[in-house]
Amino acid sequence: MSDLKELAKKLESLDDQIISCMKCGLCQPVCPIFNSTMQEADVARGKLALIDNLSKHILTDADALAEKLERCLMCGSCQAACPPGVEIMDIFMKAREVVFGYVGLPLIKKLIFRQMLAKTWLFNTAMRVGAPLSRLVFWKTNKDHGTYSAPLLSPIIGKRHVRPLPLTPLHVAVGAMDTPAGSSGIKVAFFSGCVGDKMYVDMSKACLKVLDHHGVGVYMPKSFPCCGLPAIVSGDADGVLKQLKPSLDLLMKGEFDYLITPCGSCTATLKEFWPKYAPRLSKEYGEYAEGLEHKVMDINAFLINVLKVESKPTKAGAVKVTYHDSCHLRKSLGVISEPRKVIGLSGEYEFIEMANAEKCCGSGGSFSLAYHDISLDIGMRKRQDVTESGAEIVAMGCPACMIQIEDVLSQKGDKVRVKHTIELYAESLDK
Amino acid sequence: MSIEALAKDIAKIIGKENVLTKDADRQSYSYDSAVLEPVIPAMVVRPTEVEQLGLLTKRFYDAGVPMTVRGAGTNLSGGTIPDSTDSVVILTNSLNKVLEINEEDLYAVVETGVVTSVLAAAAAKKNLFYPPDPGSQSISTIGGNIAENAGGLRGLKYGVTKDYVMGIEFFDAEGEFIKSGARTVKCVTGYNLAGLMVQSEGTLGIISKAILKLVPPPKASKAMMAVFDDLIKASEAVAAIIAAHVVPCTMEFLDNTTIVMVDDYTKIGLPRDAAAILLIELDGHPAQVEDETNTTIEVLKKCGATNVVLAKDQAEKMKLWEARRMALPVLARAKPTTVLEDATVPRSKIPDMMRGIESVANKYNLTIGTFGHAGDGNLHPTILCDKRDKAEFHRVEEAIDDLFDIALKLGGTLSGEHGIGTAKAQWLEKETSKGTILFSKKLRKALDPKSLLNPTKQVNMYE
Repeated sequence: MSDLKELAKKLESLDDQIISCMKCGLCQPVCPIFNSTMQEADVARGKLALIDNLSKHILTDADALAEKLERCLMCGSCQAACPPGVEIMDIFMKAREVVFGYVGLPLIKKLIFRQMLAKTWLFNTAMRVGAPLSRLVFWKTNKDHGTYSAPLLSPIIGKRHVRPLPLTPLHVAVGAMDTPAGSSGIKVAFFSGCVGDKMYVDMSKACLKVLDHHGVGVYMPKSFPCCGLPAIVSGDADGVLKQLKPSLDLLMKGEFDYLITPCGSCTATLKEFWPKYAPRLSKEYGEYAEGLEHKVMDINAFLINVLKVESKPTKAGAVKVTYHDSCHLRKSLGVISEPRKVIGLSGEYEFIEMANAEKCCGSGGSFSLAYHDISLDIGMRKRQDVTESGAEIVAMGCPACMIQIEDVLSQKGDKVRVKHTIELYAESLDK
Repeated sequence: MSIEALAKDIAKIIGKENVLTKDADRQSYSYDSAVLEPVIPAMVVRPTEVEQLGLLTKRFYDAGVPMTVRGAGTNLSGGTIPDSTDSVVILTNSLNKVLEINEEDLYAVVETGVVTSVLAAAAAKKNLFYPPDPGSQSISTIGGNIAENAGGLRGLKYGVTKDYVMGIEFFDAEGEFIKSGARTVKCVTGYNLAGLMVQSEGTLGIISKAILKLVPPPKASKAMMAVFDDLIKASEAVAAIIAAHVVPCTMEFLDNTTIVMVDDYTKIGLPRDAAAILLIELDGHPAQVEDETNTTIEVLKKCGATNVVLAKDQAEKMKLWEARRMALPVLARAKPTTVLEDATVPRSKIPDMMRGIESVANKYNLTIGTFGHAGDGNLHPTILCDKRDKAEFHRVEEAIDDLFDIALKLGGTLSGEHGIGTAKAQWLEKETSKGTILFSKKLRKALDPKSLLNPTKQVNMYE
């Protein structure tokens, strides 16, 4: 597609959705990017107007629209606050697909989405070679967080503080699993997500431990491809479909009652976006992807709503823990109370609510690479709320948020530790 | 001077990152919240220090460029839509420092771009209260609130923005610095220029700072809902409560159309047969609130309320207010375009106004849901339509004409709180007089000889 008229026509099909925007501006105060840049084109109202303008030939600069669309964390805060309920995320996804398709996806993204993330063996090999090599350039920087930084790589990754990639990823440490339902009578498929497989391996192991503790059978093939979110937000439908099919193949081979993930972003992708791509799959795959919608569940919600785990009274001197809402968990899936309840399950931790817990941490996956300054600015505001809460640990239900929040806390030398809610619960099972 | 040369010149003052000239950037400042056609400005500038406002204004005045000041762009009458494609938009949302909250003398000093709810929260942190609460308070700026004299739900008891303005600093069209008012309760130094700036809609000067009155917060509050099977009874109850010398902090009204639509959407169990409900909140000293609650319930029952529900705790209070909070979102979801009007009448005339709205809805075959601030006669008839349907939208425009005629005949006004802007400028003479228009034009011509400050707003300086 190279014809601007054709692009305009494709965007025109969004008119029925965009027309509902009453331009009230209530997306402004909740938008993390707007609060950082104060620019109207960075907030939903502005972006919707620009999409509309291109469809009406008022705007002719497709590159500019692509850039504006890219300056978005896809956190869904605007949609959650929108009085007329405009389907902003859906509009942005569709617009990204046609506009990024028009201006062209960078070759590197095409290679990553369509080859590496779709071909599990390739991704796994790359990371296994990369993990030991990374130790040559990453230096331990903060012992409280166990984070490293890489001054030599600063042109690419900035001054980030990240955990080192473990030498043994989950698919090697644990491998494939297929255990029958135990005392709970329930069997789940466990989808760790890429970060859960390759970075926060201990977090994934904690999930498996908790499932085992509650007598839940687990189906886990050796390794899933990426859930597809990076390709989805980049508007690369080819890449999405290339990643989706092998995932569905693996799932179709197993029997399970629920499909559980410890990652808010993966859960939202499997539950909300996979069915949207179903019409582009063959009938068999499409129906299967749509059918998953009712099986996909966040692990916190599974513990509280399905297993109905009861909480114990909080012990004296319990460790103070606060909670950060992952945007996908809270705004897309409505999982709000469950992770907070998980913190209180063991009685070992005292839950305290921090200010602005619902606000985005600024991670947004590849957004933080492209717009590191904005991402860091948003992250630092989250850091302030975390440290002011007086908690010793900040828990959350999404590994992508964990990377971002660990980074900002580590950079500022704060002692507050970052944990997944399930890690806290798993640790308490030993006590 | 060409616009490119001017942009370069301006960049020297405020930095080139704060001068927006690209198509996509300019286009995102072509609209506000009003249902009006967008106008794309030639340039958008974003000063980061209040002093820069004067320097910028002088440059634009000398270059003969029309100026539209914009805070958050939540205006409902087009006041922040540029007048022409030659216009420059001056953004004030980066001038957002709360400079002082004074607990001894009860005032705040803020820069023009401070968001209303940010000021309210800063005051609350020091246990003080900034009462004006326009619907857009989480977005709108103080400068915009002053320029539009924004109202809100608490108008009846606490007044509107103008009642809290103690002083204003601003720049005139030629960039001269003007200061009016003080940090004192009493101040008669010079003309009341701060008062003149209130409601001036960016036509007389560019506000940079304000001194605003704060009050001690009420210690207690009570909320209740009263159900009526007849509009007239509901309206009589409003007047009777005030006649009994009870002034509620809010007294909100929802008509049957709104009640049914809110209940369909939220399923909160509203009285779907009711002709109207009143949501009333009383606040003040605990003893006074209790006394007034009893009086209010007595009056409501005497006026024929079929049911009165009193919120026992905070959770119940939130539930009662849910109906009002959801009124606009629910109406807005019904159709693609939501035209929110704010014609206002003396509160005793609410039944006549409601009958008028109903007849207009029937005459033009339109759905109009009405809610609003019954205590001060400020209703929001909300017309649900689709602006792409040319024939229907023409009927909407005719309906609005009729609504204004009815409001004016009842001794009311075109706009209670949304402003005149360009949306209602054509009706201004009907409410006021030819002399009023001429006086306004003479005033503006004297202060802004080139007619560059928001020239088509309030009265059109090009005509």
